[in-house]
Amino acid sequence: MKKIAFLLILSIVAISCNNDDDDCCNNPPTNAAISFKFTQNWGTTAVTPSNYNTNVFENTAGNYVSISRLRYLISRIELHKADGTTVAFDEYQLVDLADANSLTLTPALSATTGDYTGISFVYGFNEEDNVSGAYPDLNDASWNWPSMLGGGYHFMQMDGSFDDENGMPQPYNFHNGTARVSDGVFEQNFIAFEFDQDFTINDDATIEIKMDISEWYKNPLTWDLNDRSVDLMMNYLAQKDINRNGKTVFSIGEITQ
Amino acid sequence: MKERSKKTYRLLIGILAISLLIACSSDDPKPVEPGDGYVATPKPLTVPPIFQRLLPPPNIPSDNPQTEEGIALGRKLFFDPILSGNGTQSCATCHKPSNSFTDNSQFSVGIDGTEGTRNSMPLFNMAWNSNKKFFWDGRATSIEIQALEPVTNPIEMHNTWELAVASLQSHASYPEMFNKAFGTKNITKELTAKAIAQFERILISANSPFDKYLQGEGSLTPQELNGFEIFMDESRGDCFHCHGNENSPLWTDNIFHNNGLDAIITDKGLGNVTGDPSQDGWFKSPSLRNLAYTAPYMHDGRFATLDEVINHYSEGLVYSSTIDPLMKAVSRGGVHLSESDKADLKAFLLSLSDSSFINNPDFQDPN
Repeated sequence: MKKIAFLLILSIVAISCNNDDDDCCNNPPTNAAISFKFTQNWGTTAVTPSNYNTNVFENTAGNYVSISRLRYLISRIELHKADGTTVAFDEYQLVDLADANSLTLTPALSATTGDYTGISFVYGFNEEDNVSGAYPDLNDASWNWPSMLGGGYHFMQMDGSFDDENGMPQPYNFHNGTARVSDGVFEQNFIAFEFDQDFTINDDATIEIKMDISEWYKNPLTWDLNDRSVDLMMNYLAQKDINRNGKTVFSIGEITQ
Repeated sequence: MKERSKKTYRLLIGILAISLLIACSSDDPKPVEPGDGYVATPKPLTVPPIFQRLLPPPNIPSDNPQTEEGIALGRKLFFDPILSGNGTQSCATCHKPSNSFTDNSQFSVGIDGTEGTRNSMPLFNMAWNSNKKFFWDGRATSIEIQALEPVTNPIEMHNTWELAVASLQSHASYPEMFNKAFGTKNITKELTAKAIAQFERILISANSPFDKYLQGEGSLTPQELNGFEIFMDESRGDCFHCHGNENSPLWTDNIFHNNGLDAIITDKGLGNVTGDPSQDGWFKSPSLRNLAYTAPYMHDGRFATLDEVINHYSEGLVYSSTIDPLMKAVSRGGVHLSESDKADLKAFLLSLSDSSFINNPDFQDPN
């Protein structure tokens, strides 16, 4: 009996060592659950509902701005592997700072461990996805963009208050979606982000997608809320300027695993 | 060796038996003892085609599925004054079918003659309130929790649940109805609220002229269609940010706003519930369905007519520090609609009223 037990232990040890050797030199890819964490900041200051309305930020135009609502849509998130393949996640995410659950997206699809060279996603919906009424959860959130402006869905709603030139508080509605050129003529307005970034996924991972809110107001166009603060949805130039400034708003933050 | 194997075997059997005992004595609630073997008949909600097409499925709590017997019990309870302290008021006293389950008073009056401070809310499409906050100030997190409150509210039914349950328990037919709905004759306030919630969930309204228009089953007048354009136009009505659109057919966002009613906030609304002063004066956006039956309007019923409501957004907005930025024209007092735009907007709003809802025989007093 003792001999049998000894042989059994020996063989387990031998098999274990053999596995270790395999891991060391020829590690086969395994599934890794990926989550995306959406964070928002104004420069170096984190923006959360706890500082809604109370934190006052100064934008490049010198407007003193507070935020009372921020919701935005991210879709078509993809991870690009070093071997040339892509992990394309099906889910879109309506990020609402007031809803903590919306700040994390855990797609159904897993990625695989290994080397990656980039991350891409769409701010808003691209033309193919931006179909009026197609998404019950977004309809339920009244996230729709009016048909007269091209339909589909909002890409962002950022609302709050700023002090006008007389120091009086005024509302702003920084809303973005399809741009209306003229009656019945519309222009796509989403932004496709592609970040070239080498990283390795060894295990389940969380990838941070950061929005720097201050960028909406400064790069390349200095946005003065005294000039344009409300009724922006039907304003073609405003919609395209939001798009222009949006190109530097997002970045990839920490990848933790 | 054989003897040792037997011992090991017995040991394993013992461990297994103990494990099973532990599993059985877990924290799971005791199963309801079915009295007389009654099992309620499932009765899923009938989802209107327009909701089926555009909205997520209704929210039905897993511990309170819809059943024929539960709905029938809830309906009887809803219309029965037995729940009130002096047996004179039912839920339906302030939530009448003919008024889309509100009443036509600014403030409802309780059993002691005391007037409330908020307008009775109309009741419909509650199963699609996905953020699960009920009352004007969102203080109840489910219909079941909401249904508990009016019974004990001193300015409403002014009863205790102990007395209300005792009245039900000694009633000739309620114990058997609870037995058929929930498998027990032991009535509790929780089961009472569950039954009322089941009835309230079947109060579905989705058959207005505008619904029929969207479904290709009816037409609208040019005035109503122009009114819808005003509603959806950010530079004119801009109503859609809080009150839905043709693809968001609840006609409410089910969230909370300060819509510029007062310069000084006396009723804090959501702010009183959350303790967040930046939410003082925030109240839930009511649905625009069935406005033809639900006057007066606003959380405090201050506007007797729809014209007054439209005038408020057009010329009557008042600034306060917690005003919603969507009230963007507050510095000018409002969006300043023309008189003809106001008339058209009103015509559109009334096209969201659903007469088949208020006349539905399944929603009337069964007692």
